[in-house]
This record gives sequence, structure tokens and C-alpha cells, in this order.
Amino acid sequence: MAIGELSGYQMGQATRDAFGEALADLGDEFPNVVTVDGDVGNSTRTEPFAEKYPERGFNVGIAESNMVSVAGGLAGTGKIPVVASFACFLLNNAFDQIRMSVAFPEQNVKLVGSHAGISIGEDGPSQMGIEDVSLACSLPNVSVMVPADGVSAKKATRAMVGHQGPTYLRLGRPKVPALYDESVHFQIGKAITLKDGSDATIIANGIMVSIAADAAKMLEDEGVNTRVIDMHTVKPVDRAAVVAAAKETGCIIVAEEHLHHGGLGAAVAQVVSEEHPVPMGYVNVGDCYAESGDPMGLLEKYGLTAENIVSTVKAVKSR
Amino acid sequence: MALEAIKLSEEEMLAKAKDLRKNIIKMTTEAGSGHPTSSLSAVEIVTGLYFGGHLRLDPENPADPDRDRFILSKGHAVPVLYAAMAERGFFPVEETMSLRKLGSPFEGHPNLKRMPGIEASTGSLGQGLSIGVGQALGLRLDGKDSNVYVMIGDGEMGEGQVWEAIAAAAKYKLGNLVAIIDQNGYQQTGATKDVLDLTPFADKIAPFGWHTQTINGNDLGEALGALEKADAVTDQPSLIVSQTQKGFGILPVLETTGDLNYHGKPLSSELAEKALAHLG
Ligand SMILES: Cc1ncc(C[n+]2csc(CCOP(=O)(O)OP(=O)(O)O)c2C)c(N)n1
Ligand SMILES: [Mg+2]
Repeated sequence: MAIGELSGYQMGQATRDAFGEALADLGDEFPNVVTVDGDVGNSTRTEPFAEKYPERGFNVGIAESNMVSVAGGLAGTGKIPVVASFACFLLNNAFDQIRMSVAFPEQNVKLVGSHAGISIGEDGPSQMGIEDVSLACSLPNVSVMVPADGVSAKKATRAMVGHQGPTYLRLGRPKVPALYDESVHFQIGKAITLKDGSDATIIANGIMVSIAADAAKMLEDEGVNTRVIDMHTVKPVDRAAVVAAAKETGCIIVAEEHLHHGGLGAAVAQVVSEEHPVPMGYVNVGDCYAESGDPMGLLEKYGLTAENIVSTVKAVKSR
Repeated sequence: MALEAIKLSEEEMLAKAKDLRKNIIKMTTEAGSGHPTSSLSAVEIVTGLYFGGHLRLDPENPADPDRDRFILSKGHAVPVLYAAMAERGFFPVEETMSLRKLGSPFEGHPNLKRMPGIEASTGSLGQGLSIGVGQALGLRLDGKDSNVYVMIGDGEMGEGQVWEAIAAAAKYKLGNLVAIIDQNGYQQTGATKDVLDLTPFADKIAPFGWHTQTINGNDLGEALGALEKADAVTDQPSLIVSQTQKGFGILPVLETTGDLNYHGKPLSSELAEKALAHLG
């Protein structure tokens, strides 16, 4: 069964595709938007923008550190640079440039990392961004977003461009279920409650939101009424939503396609420990690099499944 | 078994090159993803390294400390490496058909943790030459006469780190280091001359203190001659600018698709069949 199917969602757009469409669509409205690419615009989907506005698309070649600092320079002239690569090459390869040319001077640079997580599949661990959220969140001044579906990725793209200050937008390669229609309200830092519930809360982002929805459906059949929160912004995390979940449902499970440390789980745990300690559990990639394989097989092998969320919820509830 | 550099006749090597090409196409088509054309351009140099008397290896003992080392910095071309390693006896050729499948050590990019005989985990472009500099320094420190060969893509030359490594190798006069630029003229989003043109490579890199040669890298004889000369240079690092064609060997088949870069995608089974027939 495809992910999201159990909870009644149809397969929709990949978040990178949605981003690419949205970016090309807002070029007239935001004449200061430019793109800076490192030879992967056809993968990150900045290509449609760069084709529509050729004089505003810069492809500096396979040179991520240069790419990021060039974006910092463009921002210094009032441009709104959208600088995109694979999440791993952007965050990992150009981290000091992000720190010194973007975060520290608080330049209005929009970092976009595609091919995040292990669901990229066959290309394997060297191409999988699984440390990116941790790295991005470690930087002061940077807002970090991980949209779950096409519609919210489009809205995140628009919100990112309209936001003043550095942002990181994390995108996935595979198609994901369509969770929202156009009416959904997307605001940086404001979680979306996908499903309400009173017995437990699953907080997720990215592809894991659909999988969490499936888990909630399975739990419902067992009489566990589970809240599902789409925490599309990891930083600043929606503290109110986390505190309410802790108080009203008594336990929280965080699901993300990222390493155990430094991601959404850590962000939520900090709020919970500071404001209203409750038992917590985590579903994520753990503390390892993955491997090549088909995307769904990988999600299964590394435990990013509805079944694993269900058993984690049960284990946490019984603590 | 002991360390040995296998040296076949040129005729036998031409046959090997053809076998490598066929296997590259078969394994990527079977995988349903991968980078066949990036692999095909490099076949002559890789054949020369493995079967032209250069890499002293022992497939029974891949970690032999006295071995020569080949680092594929443009790691996405790993099918050419798997194909050569299979022919060299590291594993049966059939095993390469598990390329990119869950559980297989034949990952989409080289991973030294999962496959003995792989000298560097690559896939993030730009790092292989620096790793090669480190290995060459370490081997020299230990008094070994082993050589380190690093293959870099022409698009990959855009990474600043490569140029940092070029400077470092020259500083330390690494005569045991050979860099090969697979100048196939394309990178992911187009022709390298349009995306970021860093040619002429030899003219730029020689002043750093490197010995340089520029050859037709799809001509086996030229590849062998260049490797021979590079090995003979012992007082400075050596560069071979290997001018090649991406997808060399099956170009007429690629022409029918209208895409001579054909970057990062496998041939369909029909195209693969045509390509294999073309190779004969
Ligand atoms: C640091 C980094 N940035 C981007 C990529 C994505 N990528 C994979 S292959 C490739 C093009 C490589 O071109 P080239 O070096 O000329 O090799 P070719 O495929 O032509 O042999 C790119 C941009 C990568 N693997 N690593
Ligand atoms: Mg190239």
C-alpha cells in the first residue's frame, strides 16, 4: 500500500516539484528574486524559474561554497537569492559559507535543499541529506521549514520569499500524498493540526506526516485517539502547539526523516522538557548512514513506517 | 596470491574495454538508475589502470598496505569501477547486477565501508584529489613506492577544493600522485563550456608545479602511453587531461535520443539492447 493511502490521501506532487512551480510563478511579483545554482537546477527544480527569467538565474557550476557566498553577496545588493542544491551538498559542503555569508550577517538568503532524507533511494548515502536540519537549526537567525506535501511546499516557498531574513527550505525527491487543498493556512512557525486527538500526539514533518496519518488511522482502529501535528517549521518551533499536545494528550512521538539528533525531535523535546515534561518517543533514521535501495524499501528497513510509529506510540503510552 | 599489476596485450585490453562497456550498460539498465554515460567516457583510462600494468593489487587481500590506489572522485561513475574490479577478480561479474538494490554493497556511489578494494567513499564531488594527496603523503612517509591515481570529472573541477589539492600536491612534490581529468565536455546541466569553463586544464595546472599531458582518452594507446609517462614522473605530481566523449562507445545510439550528455539516467531496455548490439 502506498503511503497515505490508509488515511485516504491521493498521491500528489513531490515537494521539490511544487517548489519549482511556485518559484517560477512568483517571479513577476517579486522582481528581486534570483536563483543561484550549483549545476543541479534540473534536480532541485529551480530550472523553470531560470528558464523563465534567464538574466536572473545564475548557475555557478559544481561549487557550493562559492554558490552560497555569491548568494550572500547578491543579498547585500537587495536581491532575494534562492540558492539551491541537494540538501547534503548545500548544508554540509558549504556550512561555513552559510554561517559567515548568510546567518551571521543575517542576509536575506533563501537556502533550498532538495533530495533530503533517505527516500531519494538508489543514489545512496552520499547524496542523502540526513544531517541538514540539525546543521541549519544550529545557526542563529535561520528559519527552517520542512513541508509535507505539494500545496504546503508551494505556500512555504511563497512564505520564504516574503520573509525577511535567512531561511532553509527542505525538499524531498519522491512524490508524496496530497494532504491539503488551497485553503490551508501556512504560516512560518505555526504548526498545522492534521487530525485532532486526545490520547497521544504524533508530531511530524516532511514525508513522515503522511506516514503519521496512516499510523493515527491504525491507532484509531485500536481505540487510541491520536493527534497528528504537521510541524512544518522546525525553527522557530511552534511552542504553543507542543505544550498543548503535552498537556492535552500526555505523550508525544516525533517522526522525521532525519538523524535522531538535532532535528525536529530535539526541538520538540527541548520545549517539552522546559514547559511540560511528558513521555516522548522518536521515529527517525537513528544514528547511522543508510544505503542504496528503492525508496520504499529503505523507509521500511530504517523504520520510517506507520507500523513503527504505532508501536512507538504504544510503548510511550505504557511508560 | 600477492600484489600484481596485470598487463594484458593491447588487443586483450580492447576486448576488456568492450566488456566493461557492456557491463556498465547492463548493470545500470538493470538498476533502473545510475550514470552510464559518465562511466563510459572513462573506460580506456580505467582499463589501462587495471589491465595495463599500473595498479598493483591483490583481490584476495584488497587491504595489502603496499598496493597502488585508485580513487574515483567522480563517484557517480562507479559502474566503470565495479566493472573493472569484477574483471580483475574482486567479485564475480554477475554480482554487479545487484547495483543500487537494497542490501547490495554495489551502492550508487563508492562506499569503502561496504566494499573491500574501494579506496575512498565519494559522491560529493570535489574531495577525491585531497584524499589522494593525503594517501600519497602517507605512503611516502612510510617509504612505500605505491602510486595514487585519482580520476576527477571536468565539471567537478569547479569545486574550489580541487584547486586547493592541486596546490598542496605541488607543494609536497607528490611524484607518487597522478590525477586524471575525464574531460568529457559535459556536466549535469549542460556542456561544461557553458556551465563553468575551466579549460585549458593543462595550461592552468602546469604553473602550479605539475607535470601535464593532454590526450585523447578514448584512444587506448594514448591512455596507456600517458599512464606510462605519468608513472615515470617522480619529482612532481602528474596530470593527465583525458579528453573523452561522454557515452563513448554508444554515441550513435545516444544520438537517436537527441541527448549527448544523457546525464544520470539509465538506458531503457530497448536502447540498452541497441547499445549492446552496437558494441558487438
Ligand atoms: C558536491 C556535489 N555537488 C553536486 C553533485 C551532483 N552531481 C552529480 S554528477 C554531477 C555532474 C558531474 O559532472 P562531471 O564532473 O563533468 O562528471 P561527468 O558526469 O561528466 O563524468 C553533479 C553536479 C554532486 N554529486 N556533488
Ligand atoms: Mg564531465
